[in-house]
Amino acid sequence: MAGALSPEEVAHVAHLARLELTGDEVDHFAVQLSAVLEHVESLRRLDIATVPPTSHALELVNVLREDVVRPGLDREEVLAGAPSAEAGRFRVPPILGEAP
Amino acid sequence: MSAAPAAGDALAATVIAGSSGEWEVVVGLEVHCELSTATKLFCGCPNLFGAEPNTHVCPVCLGLPGSLPVLNEGAVERAMRIGAALSCTVRPSTFHRKNYFYPDMPKDYQVTQYDEPINVGGHVELVDGTIVGIVRAHLEEDTGKTTHLGGRGRIHEADYSLVDYNRAGVPLVEIVSAPDIRSAEQARAYVGELRAILVATGASDGRMEEGSLRVDANVSVRRAGSAELGTRCEVKNLNSLRSLGRAIDFEAARQVELVESGGTVVQETRHWDEELGSTSSMRSKEEAFDYRYFQEPDLVPLVPSEEWVSAVAASIGLLPAARRHRLAEAVATDRVPAPIDQVATAVDLGLDELVVAAIGLGADRRLALARAANEAAQRPEDARALDPAAFAGLVGLEASGKLSATQAKTVLAELLAGGGDPAEIAGRLGFKALDDDAVDTLVAEVIAAHPDEWQRYVGGDDKVLQFLLGLVMRETKGRANGKVVAAAFAARRG
Amino acid sequence: MSAADGNSPALALSARVRTGELSARRAAEEALQAIAASDPLLHCFNAVMADAALAAADAVDRRVAAGEDPGPLAGVPVALKDNLCTRGVPTTCSSRILEGWRPPYDATVVSRIAAAGGIAVGKTNLDEFAMGSSTENSAFGPTRNPWDLDRVPGGSSGGSAAAVAAGLVPLALGSDTGGSIRQPAALCGVVGVKPTYGLVSRYGLVAFASSLDQIGPFATNVGDAALLLEAIAGHDPADSTSIPLDPPRLVASLDHGVEGLRVGVIADFLTDASPSCADAVRRAAEALESAGASIGEVAIPELLHGLSAYYLIAPAEASSNLARYDGVRYGLRVDGPDVEAMNARTRAAGFGAEVKRRIMLGTYVLSAGYYEAYYGQAQRVRTVIVRAFATAYERFDVLLAPTSPSVAFHLGDKTGDPLQMYLSDLFTIPSNLAGHPAMSVPFALGEEAMPVGVQVLAPALAEETMFRTAAVLEAAADERARGPVRPAAPSGARG
Repeated sequence: MAGALSPEEVAHVAHLARLELTGDEVDHFAVQLSAVLEHVESLRRLDIATVPPTSHALELVNVLREDVVRPGLDREEVLAGAPSAEAGRFRVPPILGEAP
Repeated sequence: MSAAPAAGDALAATVIAGSSGEWEVVVGLEVHCELSTATKLFCGCPNLFGAEPNTHVCPVCLGLPGSLPVLNEGAVERAMRIGAALSCTVRPSTFHRKNYFYPDMPKDYQVTQYDEPINVGGHVELVDGTIVGIVRAHLEEDTGKTTHLGGRGRIHEADYSLVDYNRAGVPLVEIVSAPDIRSAEQARAYVGELRAILVATGASDGRMEEGSLRVDANVSVRRAGSAELGTRCEVKNLNSLRSLGRAIDFEAARQVELVESGGTVVQETRHWDEELGSTSSMRSKEEAFDYRYFQEPDLVPLVPSEEWVSAVAASIGLLPAARRHRLAEAVATDRVPAPIDQVATAVDLGLDELVVAAIGLGADRRLALARAANEAAQRPEDARALDPAAFAGLVGLEASGKLSATQAKTVLAELLAGGGDPAEIAGRLGFKALDDDAVDTLVAEVIAAHPDEWQRYVGGDDKVLQFLLGLVMRETKGRANGKVVAAAFAARRG
Repeated sequence: MSAADGNSPALALSARVRTGELSARRAAEEALQAIAASDPLLHCFNAVMADAALAAADAVDRRVAAGEDPGPLAGVPVALKDNLCTRGVPTTCSSRILEGWRPPYDATVVSRIAAAGGIAVGKTNLDEFAMGSSTENSAFGPTRNPWDLDRVPGGSSGGSAAAVAAGLVPLALGSDTGGSIRQPAALCGVVGVKPTYGLVSRYGLVAFASSLDQIGPFATNVGDAALLLEAIAGHDPADSTSIPLDPPRLVASLDHGVEGLRVGVIADFLTDASPSCADAVRRAAEALESAGASIGEVAIPELLHGLSAYYLIAPAEASSNLARYDGVRYGLRVDGPDVEAMNARTRAAGFGAEVKRRIMLGTYVLSAGYYEAYYGQAQRVRTVIVRAFATAYERFDVLLAPTSPSVAFHLGDKTGDPLQMYLSDLFTIPSNLAGHPAMSVPFALGEEAMPVGVQVLAPALAEETMFRTAAVLEAAADERARGPVRPAAPSGARG
């Protein structure tokens, strides 16, 4: 069925999006997301390959600012909402992999 | 920009002798350089190294909810300078989001340039004349820094990590070379040349050990003579030129051995371990990252005007390669080319203007270059401020035989330290090269003491002259001018 | 009928404060009392800023006493949707993942309201991260429609719409990504405006879909909405997508009428609207004709594809905008053995079901292999819609349409089927995709005596034309259809 999303695909997408889901949730979302994708099928079949995409409603270009220092935040403010901090830095559990 | 000359100098390529034949290594380099702007790419936080953690941050570079980026004009200017210096085409460009999760990324996406980068095409000319193609050079924001605690500070053994966002949002230009590099030495030379260009254009201070210049290497191997490219691996964590060279050699050897023993090279990212001297795979299980690029909706396209592009191109001045050419041409004669090492040193230290100017004032070409690259190079800052006329005068004193080499070097040191007139300094120090009669007497003595060598010289063996000359120079304790002594021997030979 | 007469409570109030006839403090106290009395029933507010409001009011009174002009919003209580950053005041987006988070900075619109003398009195409830059409997706419980407490106020800016509709405050700010100001305005019998994209700074608005989001005003009447929009609009260097223009002058030209204006009714939308909603549009068109406009019908079938395009583009951008909620720097953290697990558990616990749905949908349509077919295609449909509007605007100056397909529905009616809920945005979405302004004006009573709003659409930067059209509609509207109303039990009794 066009537009259908399998539970495996949902699990993969959930992993990409860092959302931990239960098995039931995966199945449940698969059904709901498939319904949405099916609804948008009509859009996919439109013959508009030559129409350029619109990324912006505006036609602005070249918005720049001067390379001049402006006041930032105090470290206290920065760390105020931190779930965990140490030595002026944000603390996180072990990072398993290197950055891409 | 001119059409890129042919790339890749086969003579300098590394050939690996495998058990089944010869292999060559193919390398492309991705160099990230931090731009020397006052502020970050999208906000007004200071772009400064070494501050207390999380003291140079604001809602924008922290990616706080509701924050928005605004592009730094100074970063764009420097990116354009880099493009011009690399002979790239500077073009309209857009920004994209590269989406992935990592704690050093405040927004869990990086704003970068994807299919419409600001600079495309271009090339770099290495000291030995090799041309390396540049595919693109684009703008992007840097990430924060993580420190890993527990274990030996290495990520795989850590108990937890700490994140500092001072560096998050610092402007970077990523320069991607074509796979035109054929050896570890060329790779090092490429990075060295790139660094010189970046410093010369004022776009970056290019310090690899400080992290303002970061290099990743894409390495593959292929049978010698093949035109196809093998599967490449990306090697990361190269913190010095030495690491770069070692890693390339290791990785090439690893790949050759793998293929020759029946395996295939897997396209992956590998981590260089400086202590172990080896690369290891970073992504054990799956997946090429799916970055889900899409155009950044919070920024608008960048369309630099032709006036701006031209103005930037005109402002960058002569690049190192052009300066080397200019100096080499000034020094070379019809018969004898300029010595490459001295030329490169002089340009690298910014002494080429001095030499060219002195030559213009009549100074002996090779001597001017030698004194600049060998002696004046000891104090490059003073040398750059040296008056070309004084320098030309000194070179003239030595070239005409009025000062010996040793004496001339002493006078030069004085000139660098305190300026002045070379002839006056020489007089004050009581320097005067031995006069011709004194030289002649010593020459006669040496000839008498070494008849065999003299006979060989008379018979046409020019090489023995160095030996005879050395004896005279030792006797005079450097007060004789080498050229004058050589001329005396030659005259006696007839 | 002009904005300066008693039908513009905010305008009138600020005038009285500036002359010293009414103290800002008194106005603030009255608003706070009204909130205290009614909000337990309505749940418009996530947070009430009592101390800050009184302090701000006192400051306004001091300026008046010193002979200074405190600004056009002097002393007027304003409610702020809880996805607008307010320094030191919790900004939750009605989500557990930001519960208790206090921003260290103010949104630009918040600063501008304060600079104009306005008094921020509290943060209003919304669908979580602005995703929804009923405010039932709030993690802190729904807001109720003051016209009928068993019905939804619409969404996602339900709290702001209801606060104005219940007379708790004369002005409120909301945000509109696919209709989240206009639809609740229609369901609550108040005026709601989505400005041209880029007219109002988004700096400090917690992003949902960056290329679609706009901040806009709620008021009981057109004049007050114009007053608030003037105060917040205009170029902001902190927002790269902010149009480099001064704020438009709207209040002054409100009563210039619609003589000679060409008005087009979007025929395609009438068939998908309830009888009363479609009928309201027809009668609105007649009213404009009586006032000197020329009326016609226009078919723009391309607009019907807007819903699908929106439900690809908005979730895609949202999936990226919401990635930052990872438990590292602020907000909720649920611990895990490693960062990846911590991220995943935090987001699972912190986000509601609708937010998760949209994040996953967005992640999917951007992922390798699907980008062109879904996201790329949606961006092309966006161009088609922009062009279709441009063609329509060759023949007409403004367009008329229903705002919502129906009057306010009952709580729980549509929560079982996400798609059913999405259909609420059918008529509002195209303006977001095109970046055009649009506003809802309460016009008539519809099914079950619930209010019906009529939508006025205009081309980019044509706010002035749009507002004067709205002013004429307002004058012709059924007065019973507009707030404020005393919060009513299901019998529909009106105060």
